[in-house]
Amino acid sequence: MFGFEYDPVIYSRILTSLTLGFHIIFATIGVGVPLMIAIAEWMGIKRNDPHYTLLARRWARGFVVTVAVGVVTGTAIGLQLSLLWPNFMQAAGHTIGLPLFLEIFAFFFEAIFLGIYLYTWDRFKSKMKHFLLVIPIVIGASASAFFITTVNGFMNIPQGFEIVDGVLTNVSPLAAMFNPATPTKVAHVIITCYLTSAFILGTIAAIHLIKGNNHVYHKKALHLTMVSGAVFAIATAVIGDLSGKYLHEYQPEKLAAAEWHFETETEAPLILGGILTEDNEVKYALEIPYALSILAGGTPDSEVVGLNDFPEDELPPLWVHYAFDLMVGIGMYLSLVSVLFVVMSWRKKWNPLNKPLLWAIAAGGPLSMVAIESGWVFAEVGRQPWIINGIMRTEEGATTSAHVDVMFVLFVTLYIILGVTCAVVLRRMFKKNPVEHELEKRGMAQQKRVSNE
Amino acid sequence: MSYEVVGITVLWIFLYGYLIVASIDFGAGFFSYYSHITNKKHVVHNIIQRYLSPVWEVTNVFLVFFFVGIVGFFPDTAYYYGTALLIPGSVAIILLALRGSYYAFATYGAKDSHLYSFLYGATGLLIPASLTTVLTISEGGYLVVDNGNVQLLYGELFTSAYSWGVVFLAIFSVLFISAAFLTYYASRAKDKPALEVVRKYALSWAGPTIITGIVVFFLLGKRNPVHFSNMMDLWWMFGISFVTFVAATVLIWKRRNYGTAFVLVMVQFFTAFFAYGSAHLPYLLYPYLTIYDGFTNDAMALALIIAFIGGLLLLIPSLILLMRLFLFDADYVEGKK
Repeated sequence: MFGFEYDPVIYSRILTSLTLGFHIIFATIGVGVPLMIAIAEWMGIKRNDPHYTLLARRWARGFVVTVAVGVVTGTAIGLQLSLLWPNFMQAAGHTIGLPLFLEIFAFFFEAIFLGIYLYTWDRFKSKMKHFLLVIPIVIGASASAFFITTVNGFMNIPQGFEIVDGVLTNVSPLAAMFNPATPTKVAHVIITCYLTSAFILGTIAAIHLIKGNNHVYHKKALHLTMVSGAVFAIATAVIGDLSGKYLHEYQPEKLAAAEWHFETETEAPLILGGILTEDNEVKYALEIPYALSILAGGTPDSEVVGLNDFPEDELPPLWVHYAFDLMVGIGMYLSLVSVLFVVMSWRKKWNPLNKPLLWAIAAGGPLSMVAIESGWVFAEVGRQPWIINGIMRTEEGATTSAHVDVMFVLFVTLYIILGVTCAVVLRRMFKKNPVEHELEKRGMAQQKRVSNE
Repeated sequence: MSYEVVGITVLWIFLYGYLIVASIDFGAGFFSYYSHITNKKHVVHNIIQRYLSPVWEVTNVFLVFFFVGIVGFFPDTAYYYGTALLIPGSVAIILLALRGSYYAFATYGAKDSHLYSFLYGATGLLIPASLTTVLTISEGGYLVVDNGNVQLLYGELFTSAYSWGVVFLAIFSVLFISAAFLTYYASRAKDKPALEVVRKYALSWAGPTIITGIVVFFLLGKRNPVHFSNMMDLWWMFGISFVTFVAATVLIWKRRNYGTAFVLVMVQFFTAFFAYGSAHLPYLLYPYLTIYDGFTNDAMALALIIAFIGGLLLLIPSLILLMRLFLFDADYVEGKK
């Protein structure tokens, strides 16, 4: 179709990347935004401040549109795994089927309460009752992320089974689920979903303020998202450090590929950016002495295994270095921006609402999504050539069907249509019903005057 | 009961759940579009929206549950069906994706367009048609395994009377189940004009449903004699199905007990669906795959069953809460909340 020979493995990989790459945008929002909604609604009740309640209401309204796309693309990837990777799913069904199954329960639970939550804003006398309904949504969303990430952890460190004469035996579903990759991976995925969602909502508030819309509603939104963002960013950094130690211990080849670390040595430097020559020489990179050894083992004299110690046909492509750097770089940017905002709002004399900082926050939302994508690319490509590390190569897991290329074109079209309509619908929804309008309608216009002093 | 039978029963229950809730949803989409083009939209639109808005997401989950569950309990199905169903499966995904997201766009984006309404109506009929391909294929003869390569015989699929019979049975059943439910819902909402419209829908689709049902029953006799003779052994279940169908239709006809009528429709499909399913055993895919050779290991089976029971303990109270708030709360149904 594109001028080279049809290979179902290549097309299955491209199509899966496409579906997941699109799905994780909505999945990330789906895991993180419920928590932000819960925080806003809680603040609204505790401070008796209707602005926060309205914030929760409006976020929830936008959220449900993204949930719809998340649900349908999630259904798509669920089915596509069996359609494109039948051999992988056959092996996965025998070993890691439990969390896959549990994930559906978690999502089911979330879906039920989301339906209730959206349609019961004014139905209960006590506001607290309505707030309680958001808790199962937060739990369900984060539990979905937990279960599905354990599956990914298993693909990195498969355990909980034995292979005797090519047959899987002695399966322990719990051991498979709680593999060594699970703690750091799950923590990393969930906290970065929170971080990204806080920043995406922060971007919206920042853009309103940049546009000169100085309503206190937006200031409260910005403050809430950036304080939460700072907390999540610091947690992300701590978990990131633990992830480095996990990789060092269990997947040194992945860490070495991310860092272009060829020779096994102590006092290993961390390499930022740069290019790789044909003889595997690193040029134009920024080197931080000892940093890789510290990341991997906690001390400068930790020995970090290099790429040269692994057979060449079991190494991932080395461009994952860039994906890794991009993810880490954006992560540091986000913590810097959010912490700066918090510090500046805390010092009474400083103005956190200055234009440069607002622009920096506004950029944070899209950038955090770029970090999610590049982090995911690093996680998946960095595991190559394996689909189940050390057990099944990617090409062994794929379908043998013809026509995966045609399906790819169909799905590209589908996602373009969905993505564009989703953006258009969200824009129209909030343009047609701006916050000032809604405040007035709900009789909160007075507070606006007070706060504009 | 062996783990294998427990596993398939669990999955079949979920598929039955999907059959009912999805039929209501799919049919509602079609009726919504149909009333749109026949200028009766204002009459039925309201009750359809009131019911569907809070529950649409839940519907999808039943399906996901089934296909993730079947890979968990019977991993070999991923290999056979996964390879064979690339195209029909992908088409179904695309239809489901368009339907789900455009429903949300229309409802929450608060814009009522002809295109949304058309997509919603058309997918409601096309999705059941494409999903039933799986049941058709499972009868055997539509798929060959050649050198470990699984291939679907599209010529056979598109020219066989049985496969078209199943498609029509699916579409008619969807419309009948949906109309029977909406009749009940409209009567609860005390919405007389809507009730008249949907009651007429229910009565007009009752005939086609039972006739294609009987036709498909006998077409299956030609297609897969083994399955057919197993079904004949369970003749009494099909008998119950027929009797409940007649009773439901009479009640709707006589304008009485719409709630009971809908329960009878559920029983009608429950008995037929389980009779069909249990006669199909032990085969998951005739003649290649049975529940015994495609089954997962015991440890996984036990874990899945425990997870399933735990999950149900969580879900059933939540579902009851959902239904109490939106289905059985008279004020909500009547539009007072």
